Amino acid sequence: MSIFEVMGPIMIGPSSSHTAGAAKLGRMARLLFADKIEKVVVNLHGSFANTAGGHGTDRAVIGGLLGFLPDDERIRTSFKIAEEEGMDFEFKEVNLRDVHPNTLMLELYAGEKNLSITGSSIGGGRIVITKINQNDVNLTGRMPTLWILHRDRPGEVGKITSTLGYHSINIAFMQVYRNKKGDIGSCIIELDQVPDSDVITSLEKMENVLQVRYLPSL
Amino acid sequence: MQYSTIDELLKVAEKNNISISEVVIQVEVEESELPREEVVAKMKESLVVMRDAIEKGRNSRIKSSGGLVGEEALKMAEYSKDKPERLFMAAITDALAVAEVNAGMGKIVAGPTAGASGIVPAVVVSVGEKLNLSDLDMVKGLFTAAGLGDVVSHTATLAGAAGGCQAECGVGSAMAAGAAVELMGGSPEMAVNAFALALKNLLGLVCDPVAGLVEVPCVKRNGFAASHALTAALMALSGIKSVIPPDEVILAMTDVGSQMPSTLRETAKGGLAITPTGREIKNKLENKE
Repeated sequence: MSIFEVMGPIMIGPSSSHTAGAAKLGRMARLLFADKIEKVVVNLHGSFANTAGGHGTDRAVIGGLLGFLPDDERIRTSFKIAEEEGMDFEFKEVNLRDVHPNTLMLELYAGEKNLSITGSSIGGGRIVITKINQNDVNLTGRMPTLWILHRDRPGEVGKITSTLGYHSINIAFMQVYRNKKGDIGSCIIELDQVPDSDVITSLEKMENVLQVRYLPSL
Repeated sequence: MQYSTIDELLKVAEKNNISISEVVIQVEVEESELPREEVVAKMKESLVVMRDAIEKGRNSRIKSSGGLVGEEALKMAEYSKDKPERLFMAAITDALAVAEVNAGMGKIVAGPTAGASGIVPAVVVSVGEKLNLSDLDMVKGLFTAAGLGDVVSHTATLAGAAGGCQAECGVGSAMAAGAAVELMGGSPEMAVNAFALALKNLLGLVCDPVAGLVEVPCVKRNGFAASHALTAALMALSGIKSVIPPDEVILAMTDVGSQMPSTLRETAKGGLAITPTGREIKNKLENKE
């Protein structure tokens, strides 16, 4: 662990878990969604629901959804900026089962498209995304990460990992999911190196790959 | 070069005849595999953020989220205006300033935590200015503080929810005390003694924030903890030693934290949070939301 995790991070106050962590969760959701967000419903659970206003959790999440980093002073006026950029937002209090006290679920919309992301702020500004739509995942944003959707075919995951290997990118952690055999597979790959745009393009060009999202480390 | 306890940090410094900050910088350079200039520049960036926060808190009325704090530093700055400049006055004012900026959703360096972010900047900047030290010297002070805090983060906790406020303002004060000793020309041994003295005296400090906000008692506590760090530094510089060694004080902090009821660990269910006034404030804020 770097000493800058003790003497840092540089952030907008007042709370690393309720403000910085909330901004990171919003930003992660934006990167996963990738399209321009037209509307978002922010469902707050537990301590996030109880103290959202006082800790600026609400403004931090919206700031993150606008792409702001946790040290961006625009977080303070994120509601106004969201309005200017045409991003509708709404807050709800929910009771999610068996989750960390600082958890939120974001429902993102753009035209026909929608995506639901659940994540928790687990202390000191560290976060974890625990669900993408109905799939359980474990995504911390501490390493460069790829989220790839592909047709569920034999050898498809192998082709993806070989492509990364060909570009000298090492896989640190990897999670694979699917809803139904032969339908759509989803893999989350955490990397030791930062993939350049060539790597992303060659993954996107693969026959059975449907979507590639790159999330730089937070 | 490496260290995982305060004792090891001290021994490495003494063996190589270098300061604690130098040990911390060298280890960070090794571990991050970044050039030294880059590591130092990164800490310099923190110093800039700290100075800006001090400036802002001293000169303006801050609107905090809960509205419970916001003009403490302004009052102190006003009060000290026509008085001879004193180190303690400056440190207290600076600590209040940063803690208020944090409460008002301003930019701060969360070291060791956001709630305790006023102490280290206040001590390092006020001592640095009083002694006319260079920015690089102040940056070194921040490395000393960071190295001491790093040991605590590995062997204990820095979270109020886990260890109470002793783990936040207590550790922040201890980190700042060590930094102050180095800035004032004391030896590494004096610095670790100042760390131990400061932490020892804040053992048992509870985390009982009113309405769960990082405002009461947090902001003013940063001011107290900054002057407390200076007291520890001056004692250590005079040659006073902590009878209990620093690493054992950290163990004691963990022990005390684990015996602390959860009502006093950042749940806002005990202490100041449940006083009649504390409850009233909470109700008022909830109805407003």
